[in-house]
Amino acid sequence: MAVRRSGYLRVHLGLLYAFLYLPIVVLVVLSFNASGLPTTWGGFSLQWYRDLVHNEELIAAIRNSLIVAGFVTAISTVLGTLLAIGLQRTVRSRVLDSVLFLPAVIPDIVLAIGLLSFFNLLRFTLGLQTIVIAHVVFCMIFVAAIVRTRLGYFDRRIEEAAADLGAGPVTTFLLVTLPAILPGVIAGALVAFTLSIDEFVIAFFNSGPTSVTFPIRVYAMIRFGVTPVINAVAAIVMAVSLVTIVVAMRLTRPKGERSLSIGPVT
Amino acid sequence: MSATTARVRRARGRPWGPRVVLLGPGVTWWLVFFLVPVGVLIAYSFFRRGPYGGVIYEPTLKNYARAFDPLYIGVLWTSVRIAAVATAAALLLAYPAALFIARASSRWRVPLLVLVILPFWTSFLIRTYAWIVLLNPAGLIDKVLRGAGLIDEPLPLLYNEFAVTLGLVYAYLPLMVLPIYASLERLGPQSAEAAADLYASPAQTLRKVTIPLTLPGVVAGCIFVFVPSLGNFIVPDLLGGGQTVMIGNVIQQQFLQARDWPFGAVLAMSVIFLMVVVLAVQAQVLRRTQEVEHGRPA
Amino acid sequence: MRGRSFRLLALVAVAGLVLAACGSDDGGGTPPAASDGGATEPVDIAGTTLTVSNWDAYMPKSVIKDFEEETGVSVEYAIHTTNEDIMGKLTGANGTGFDLVFVSGPFVQALAHLGWAAEIDHAQIPNIGSLDAEATELPFDPGNVHSVPYTWGTTGICYRSDLVPETPTSWDVFHTAPAELQDKMTMLGTDRWLLQPALLSLGYSVNTTDAAQIDEAKQWTMDAKENLLAFDDTTFYSKLVSGEASLVQAWDGWCEYGRAEDPKNIDFVIPDEGSDLWSDTMVVLESSENKAAAYAFIDYILRPEVGKQIVEFTLYKMPNAEVMAAVDPKIVEDFPTLAISPAELFEQETQTDLGEEGTILWSEAATEIKA
Repeated sequence: MAVRRSGYLRVHLGLLYAFLYLPIVVLVVLSFNASGLPTTWGGFSLQWYRDLVHNEELIAAIRNSLIVAGFVTAISTVLGTLLAIGLQRTVRSRVLDSVLFLPAVIPDIVLAIGLLSFFNLLRFTLGLQTIVIAHVVFCMIFVAAIVRTRLGYFDRRIEEAAADLGAGPVTTFLLVTLPAILPGVIAGALVAFTLSIDEFVIAFFNSGPTSVTFPIRVYAMIRFGVTPVINAVAAIVMAVSLVTIVVAMRLTRPKGERSLSIGPVT
Repeated sequence: MSATTARVRRARGRPWGPRVVLLGPGVTWWLVFFLVPVGVLIAYSFFRRGPYGGVIYEPTLKNYARAFDPLYIGVLWTSVRIAAVATAAALLLAYPAALFIARASSRWRVPLLVLVILPFWTSFLIRTYAWIVLLNPAGLIDKVLRGAGLIDEPLPLLYNEFAVTLGLVYAYLPLMVLPIYASLERLGPQSAEAAADLYASPAQTLRKVTIPLTLPGVVAGCIFVFVPSLGNFIVPDLLGGGQTVMIGNVIQQQFLQARDWPFGAVLAMSVIFLMVVVLAVQAQVLRRTQEVEHGRPA
Repeated sequence: MRGRSFRLLALVAVAGLVLAACGSDDGGGTPPAASDGGATEPVDIAGTTLTVSNWDAYMPKSVIKDFEEETGVSVEYAIHTTNEDIMGKLTGANGTGFDLVFVSGPFVQALAHLGWAAEIDHAQIPNIGSLDAEATELPFDPGNVHSVPYTWGTTGICYRSDLVPETPTSWDVFHTAPAELQDKMTMLGTDRWLLQPALLSLGYSVNTTDAAQIDEAKQWTMDAKENLLAFDDTTFYSKLVSGEASLVQAWDGWCEYGRAEDPKNIDFVIPDEGSDLWSDTMVVLESSENKAAAYAFIDYILRPEVGKQIVEFTLYKMPNAEVMAAVDPKIVEDFPTLAISPAELFEQETQTDLGEEGTILWSEAATEIKA
């Protein structure tokens, strides 16, 4: 029975992958197209990659994005992890949970203009710092959600045992709790980094004159036409994520039962 | 259930110290940079727009009255419709895929799932841009269809509601697959096997057991797709050719073009209102499912 | 059970963080504090920072580099995609953050009303005298109190002569749309230009704030929308080159971008009803602490040999006879809109600010058209 249905499902999944990858493949192919137009093939060329290397604005934007994502990851991982433990252990109200989770489900445009109005009212100088503040608001919530699912599997008797053996709360946290939930913390950090580095709307409204991030720059490039340099950027971004993931999978060769739990889990 | 209650009971007697240390920083950040800004937005929605932008602190309800203009109700409706269609399409694409991945042998599951997530790692804007290249009347899809003799005239693929919906599905599809997969995995094969033992056909098993029990994942996925779709202004901006306007575009327009922050704030309120409705529905579904599951801790 | 996959994720995360660490060697990010320059006496601007925002690709990078080398000023060059974009940025920051911004005429009025535009100290811009007479009396800022025109031009119809049988002579073409142009045309989408073909075709002012006229123009444009491929402000010329579109509403200079790629077939025409005169200008902000460098930058741009580079790069006209005279005649021949004279431009109606009610009417019309 399972065989018959999985035959259909297999085709479905194949088509889904085609849908997901067709646009990316097209961009990668076009990134080597000597002709600047996406509609005609003008022969193989590395011209757009050369242009990319010399595109100072784009490089500066990538640097800004990495700075922002780095800070956002660090801050939201700490805040989110503490929040997860705090919610799991000291709060019995489900309501607080859902209320705290709001920044993750509110459309980004609302958060973007709310923060802009707020910064404007307080005469905050807009810049990378305001983007970091804004990103932490929702990234920390995702971290908290992910760490919490991990905490759900954690047996607190281990902590009690540590306490019985004379460990203080901080020692217990660092030596017992943290190692146990570390995979969740790392997964949370990863998600925070991914969300921050690609975030456009909030950054667009809350960036300062010289704090252009990668998505803001890309948006401007797209708005101003079919720039083949974008294709080269897409190809590189894709290659970097592909290589990273493949290497990671090689290093953790499959043996037994396992599962993947990234992304928001309810 | 009982274990949780016991834990909670213990927690109630605890001192405030750990609570402050653990929750303090996060909740403070949340209060200052989320609640207060949203509060500012709510406050702005009751004030008047300055002649050249800015806000004049003169209370008025005019902004709200203006929001009930058929024009803006229409835009809101279009946005809900587009976001709902995109969500439904994403669900139809994602569920069977998640089902296949969840049933695959354990060594294949991770690679298959990674393949779904991987595109999500490239820039959202670049992925949207890719569809401009693909769908444009002189683009690849048109060429292939014409080459195959399927069409004579270029199909209107780009710069319409279809393109916008497609762009949204493409952008948020992984967010639908992941939670559904997670709930399928949590369910495990046991319940389906039990149903089969009771002579349920595969279709019956899917309809009566698997789908109802994975409903929380489905609902979560739907929210993850619906919410960002509803407020999106980039996809309509790039793929709609200025001919399909969603509420996000109008909010953006009020803040940039018209420099009418109070009215933009009112429109943002309408989006928040819709969110509350959606979340209430989710809470309802979750409660039902938990009743079905009988005491399985969430 | 989850250990291994989490390790996988850990590795991915670590790789990402290492990448981040490599990129963040300088802790930059906070906008550099501009060192203060007194407004009155001439100051040494070397070593200061000038924050400028301009449209993308609207000035050759070499011009900025040469200015930096000559003066020792370091230019922080930001870009905006539209007037609205930079206005939104300024509104969000209460008119601070930049020393010099490039905006179109009507926005000069808005900036002046908001008190964000500084009064230009003409004494610090010796080259300001070389502006064409017409450019000193533009209705949005007579006497160049708050702005110095950077470029100017008009809006017309840019089309593929090989795909359009007859030279278009009227804005009405968007409305009546001969069969071969159905779904082959684009119109500009930003508020100020969106209604313009309708207003010109109906014989109204391009600055009208009359509700009935705006309504009529809105209806006209909604009818025209049925005939369009898209509203497009930025990529219409590449749509012409690729053949996606055959006829577009276009700014003169951007039509030339198309002509640069397809000189045989792409042409520009100002319809018989006339058009607008727009000007993109340089505005020094009141909040700027480095006005001296901003003036020096403006003055630098007004030099004939510098302006010439800008015109040859952007293919837009500058309101400065000395500059236009310096432009390579071959380029003017290839891109004939560069030869449109100031007098010809001045015959068109100049765009000015619409005021509070007008702005609301226009933006509601725009929303309704696009919805």
